[in-house]
Amino acid sequence: MWDYTDKVKDHFLQPRHAGEVADPDLDATVGNLTCGDALRLTARLDADGRIADARFQTFGCASAIASSDALVDLIVGKTLQEAEAITNDDIAEYLGGLPEAKMHCSVMGMEALQKAIARYRHEPFELEDEGTVVCTCFGVTDKLIEKVVRDQNLHSVDQVTHFTKAGGGCRGCHREIEKIIEKVHGPRPEHAAKTRDRRRPMTNLARMRRVEEVIEQDIRPMLQADGGDIELVDVDGRSVQVALRGHCAWCRVKDFTLKATIEDRLRELVDPQIVVQDVGGRLPDEALGPRGEHG
Amino acid sequence: MADAIYLDNNATTAVAPEVREAMMPYLTDLYGNPSSIHTFGGQVMKEVDRARGQLADLLGCHPTEVIFTSCGTESDNTAITSALECHPDRRHVITTRVEHPAVRNLCRTLAKGDRGRPAYRLTEIPVDADGEFDMAAFGNALDDDTAVVSCMWANNETGVLFPVQDIGALCRDRGIPFHTDAVQAVGKIPMTLSDLPIDMLSVSGHKLHAPKGVGALYVRRGTRFSPLMLGGHQEASRRGGTEAVAQIVALGKAAELAKANLGKENTEVRAMRDRLENGLLQSTPGARVNGRRDLRLPNTSNISFEYVEGEAILLMLDQHGICASSGSACTTGSLEPSHVLRAMGVPFTAAHGSIRFSLSVYNTMEEMETVLAVLPPIIRRLREISPFGRQDSPAAAAGPQP
Repeated sequence: MWDYTDKVKDHFLQPRHAGEVADPDLDATVGNLTCGDALRLTARLDADGRIADARFQTFGCASAIASSDALVDLIVGKTLQEAEAITNDDIAEYLGGLPEAKMHCSVMGMEALQKAIARYRHEPFELEDEGTVVCTCFGVTDKLIEKVVRDQNLHSVDQVTHFTKAGGGCRGCHREIEKIIEKVHGPRPEHAAKTRDRRRPMTNLARMRRVEEVIEQDIRPMLQADGGDIELVDVDGRSVQVALRGHCAWCRVKDFTLKATIEDRLRELVDPQIVVQDVGGRLPDEALGPRGEHG
Repeated sequence: MADAIYLDNNATTAVAPEVREAMMPYLTDLYGNPSSIHTFGGQVMKEVDRARGQLADLLGCHPTEVIFTSCGTESDNTAITSALECHPDRRHVITTRVEHPAVRNLCRTLAKGDRGRPAYRLTEIPVDADGEFDMAAFGNALDDDTAVVSCMWANNETGVLFPVQDIGALCRDRGIPFHTDAVQAVGKIPMTLSDLPIDMLSVSGHKLHAPKGVGALYVRRGTRFSPLMLGGHQEASRRGGTEAVAQIVALGKAAELAKANLGKENTEVRAMRDRLENGLLQSTPGARVNGRRDLRLPNTSNISFEYVEGEAILLMLDQHGICASSGSACTTGSLEPSHVLRAMGVPFTAAHGSIRFSLSVYNTMEEMETVLAVLPPIIRRLREISPFGRQDSPAAAAGPQP
């Protein structure tokens, strides 16, 4: 059973904007039956160029229907320029969050909106028209994957699958997806570490950035593979404060994970004197302690 | 959820009140270890043996042929790895495309060469559009290198039955051990294992109104066997580990009840299932049954509603306290519909909207009428929302893209 927020359930069970607008100015469909979800968005503009009325038709699961309904809530009354700025995060946030594996539902909403606007302006829809299909199972282009990897700061194939479905079928495109991730973020830290100049001392800023990078690219995917997660709370000199989430937060070998996995990795890839501390039991603000200590 | 209409019995079943009562003393006063010399412990062994007899009675075999395990998955793993251990010179494993993950993932792991073994050759026998076993493909796949054949008796998603007697007969001719995962079949269809060419058979307690955490493996007398769990002398040294007495007693009692209810399964439960299925097919256009209808378990119905998505249907049913399951992608956590429906070549338009109803003797005809009143409007509502719901809509006219 998916853990949907009350808001998702509400928009799924009582969608406000299901249907289609007569004589629409905007009209676009993304997704298809084979993939398991599809969304058609129709909308009419008023004399000022604002979206006066919009409706959705969606084939898909509860979060797809709720995301579609949320999308319409978000765009009505906006100009196309304003609407264009809406991202999938806005949709997910409006719903009080979506399970990570369902984020592709919010991306579908964003895609439909952008496609409808592009069609209205007789411009090509970059994510669909100009890219090359990477994932043939779900018809996902390199353009869309690249956009999501950049916008969402994604670092693993699994994450890309959650957001776009790409790679979730035959898995034949995993290498291609990895290449796109590398194109956006640069090579994986293992390779980067070898080229780092170890003679020059690291600045605080550089160390903080590097810690964040290694946690995102290297440590988080490893923990997530076991159902856990990690949040970087603070970096103070060589002291790194993290919060272990998911399975890791309750794991009996938590201390081992902290020292043997996270600390060792950071020492290897960032700075040999790094000390890692788990502050997961407390809120980040308390964990930071009085401001003065950090001055 | 006391008022739930529970139609998900292939997932798990309610513990029968008689079963709960039977196991209770072994969770309270009678906590002895059956292996103990003293009377306090030793008396418990009699109950374990009684349970063995009750289960053997349901299976139609000798009690010494029953090994208690912790679950169906353990039984499957024990059977398949035992066959491989006993035939180290053979390198070929045969199973089907529609097995439960307990068998499927083990076989695929063996094919990758994990667990310190060199990789096995794996053949997964296909099924046809009705979910029927491809006997010709099986005949062609069998060879002298085959170490084990493992084919389920009844499919958990569609209820379709495989011809285990014919499969077993071919295996016996060639001296190949035959295992069947029968967790869905046991208690729903009559069986006399002493008359069948089956060497090993898996049972799961919680599929037949015993609690979770207990299963059994039937090993035909004379079958070469190598235990999975090494330890004490329990289960005649075929499965180490102190007997889970309460669960074993529960499984025995559940087997006794299942035997008494076999007639009901094939009359009353079948009638409820057919009423539900026919009612839905009549009231809802674009509905189809997955799996050959006259070759199924009496309790299972797998119906696809075209142009709607299964998870959406389930969550709307859930609002009415109706529990079922789906083979749609969104409910499985993967992005593709169930491997069983895909193996049958069910079109994606239908696979995404598949719902499985699985009944038990505890359901009533009244509950079927409730579902028949509730479900068709849900399908209509979701089709209204769907861009494909109306065939003249632009999206439907464009049709599914590859």
